[in-house]
Amino acid sequence: MDAESISLESVSLWRITWRRLFRRKSSIVGLIIILILIFIALTAQWIAPYDPLQVLIGLEDVKMREAPCVHLFGCPTEKPQHILGIDGNVRDQFSRLLYGTRLSLMVGFSTVTFSIAVGTVLGALSGYLGGWVDNTIMRVMDVLLAFPSLLLAIAIVTVLGPGLINALLAIGIVSIPAYARVVRASVLSVREMDYVSATRALGGNLFEILFQRIMPNALTPLIVQGTLGIATAILDAAALSFLGLGAQPPTPEWGSMLGSERNQVFTAPHLVFFPGLAIMITVLAFNLLGDGLRDALDPRLAQGG
Amino acid sequence: MMLQYIIRRVLASIPTLIGILIVTFALARLIPGDPCRAMLGEKATQATCDRFMREKGLDKPILEQFVIYMGEIARGDFGTSLRFSQPVTRILAERMPTTVELSFSALFISLIVGIPLGILSAVRHNSWVDVVTMVWANIGVSMPVFWLGLMLAYVFSIFFKDTLLWLPPSGRLTAGIADDPFYEVWQLNLAKDSFALAFSDFISRMNILNALLTANWKLLVDAIRHLILPAVALGTIPMALVARMTRSAMLEVLGQDYIRTARAKGARRPAVIFKHAFRNAQLPLVTVIGLSLGSLLGGAVLTETIFGLSGVGRILYDAITARDYAIIQAFTVVIAVFFVILNLIVDISYAYIDPRIRLN
Repeated sequence: MDAESISLESVSLWRITWRRLFRRKSSIVGLIIILILIFIALTAQWIAPYDPLQVLIGLEDVKMREAPCVHLFGCPTEKPQHILGIDGNVRDQFSRLLYGTRLSLMVGFSTVTFSIAVGTVLGALSGYLGGWVDNTIMRVMDVLLAFPSLLLAIAIVTVLGPGLINALLAIGIVSIPAYARVVRASVLSVREMDYVSATRALGGNLFEILFQRIMPNALTPLIVQGTLGIATAILDAAALSFLGLGAQPPTPEWGSMLGSERNQVFTAPHLVFFPGLAIMITVLAFNLLGDGLRDALDPRLAQGG
Repeated sequence: MMLQYIIRRVLASIPTLIGILIVTFALARLIPGDPCRAMLGEKATQATCDRFMREKGLDKPILEQFVIYMGEIARGDFGTSLRFSQPVTRILAERMPTTVELSFSALFISLIVGIPLGILSAVRHNSWVDVVTMVWANIGVSMPVFWLGLMLAYVFSIFFKDTLLWLPPSGRLTAGIADDPFYEVWQLNLAKDSFALAFSDFISRMNILNALLTANWKLLVDAIRHLILPAVALGTIPMALVARMTRSAMLEVLGQDYIRTARAKGARRPAVIFKHAFRNAQLPLVTVIGLSLGSLLGGAVLTETIFGLSGVGRILYDAITARDYAIIQAFTVVIAVFFVILNLIVDISYAYIDPRIRLN
């Protein structure tokens, strides 16, 4: 392509980002894994061979914590196929794992949505209004950041009582400061720009200035932070469930599946291995995509499309 | 100039510390249900409860309660644990050394592996070393600590059973190994209830340190063998972060003009890498270490639970299951304050490494 046609072609930021994102193999891998996980989550009830809560005692000839039986790998065909084995309550581990995808993605998206919503409002007000509002909000954020995140989440869940919703709330609260800071920084960087002053002079109200004029600038760092935040949220939620503070049995949640079988790791390692692997792959996918997005959206790396 | 900076940073962290106290105080008061019955059990009578409320000052106005609470914490009094019927401060002093030893070993492993890998992959940018390191680092930051711990325990105690690679899956020491504290071996006559004894006891509870002080090699080997798996499990995330950060910081520095100048004037390659480049790549590294310490403390809860180590994290887990609020509250305060102090140290060392920061 010659120089003239490049200058004539107008390319939107999103298209450039998209193109740069796909130049990295790791972000493609991340995106593909996420798409597969979303597919599994949406179709779990059709692709799972069993009901995740169904206890198979009396229905099939299987024993508690039986090792995986895959017909393709030499397991006798007269035995029912359970490709990831049977769990401690005689349920099909594979089906539970598939349903767990639903919960993990839900955990990631819902906590991040919550913390972005709260963090954005706090950060925007803080950056735009300045003064004591800014001071108060940011000191509170500093205090939240002063706790190791998992520990604060544990303390909050202890107060609220164990359970998935409370665990989500705790993780959401713990991650608010990260978003508040990102938004505040973006607001500060454009607050005094002419186009914002112009809106102000034209009598635009606070809402209009903040969310229509200023906030679009905070969008890119928020997307990056949010994608990486999903990874952290899934990991923390799994840890809380592992400790018995998050999803409660018999809910098919990866962390709690792993936690309830952790004492059996020496006798039935498959019950610990697969849920953990699922957590790792999911977290990895969001980390890869988040890193890719950060590089793709970084204006310092902007060298053409 | 440096002193001024330190004083300014210390003063700036005071509001955060007060905030931490407010948060933990609020969390403790927000616990649903009657605090008396939560502490004394369901069967406590009304009379006992009234007396309990009076003794604990829970019938006083909330502001006064907060002042009392601050006073108690300043005196190191965290109340009594319901489950262990012992002062929480004592439990803390007994358990803290295990966690400190574990966290520092994890940090140590993450640095001695992470930094060289990071430097290597920056120097050999885009080579297979770089690619492998980065793939591995990405997996490392995505690793659930509790899963890795369990898998390591399985592999090294079942898979490598009866080989030299066998490692114990739980505990801190093999039963029967002599671990006399150094102050007894040295025959120091420390007064009972003295600070010197309490401090020496704290030190002696860190097995590796105690083994070195008493030249007890059997204890040293045994303690290290028990510590390897938990430390690797806990150290993996920081290790990956350190490798990643070292690499990106080195890549940025290596591309600068003064590096080319150094090479042009004929400086040897290792000298350029370590003296010119790495020194300037330390700054982001210090930040990562500071941030990792927080995740180490959080991860200690999971690691200690898995490996049966009786540290602060393990007891926090037990306290959660037993609803032992005094312990949960005390540990949250102590670890948060510890974390603030660590961040303070990180900030100060930042200024020490880079003079531009303290001048601003």
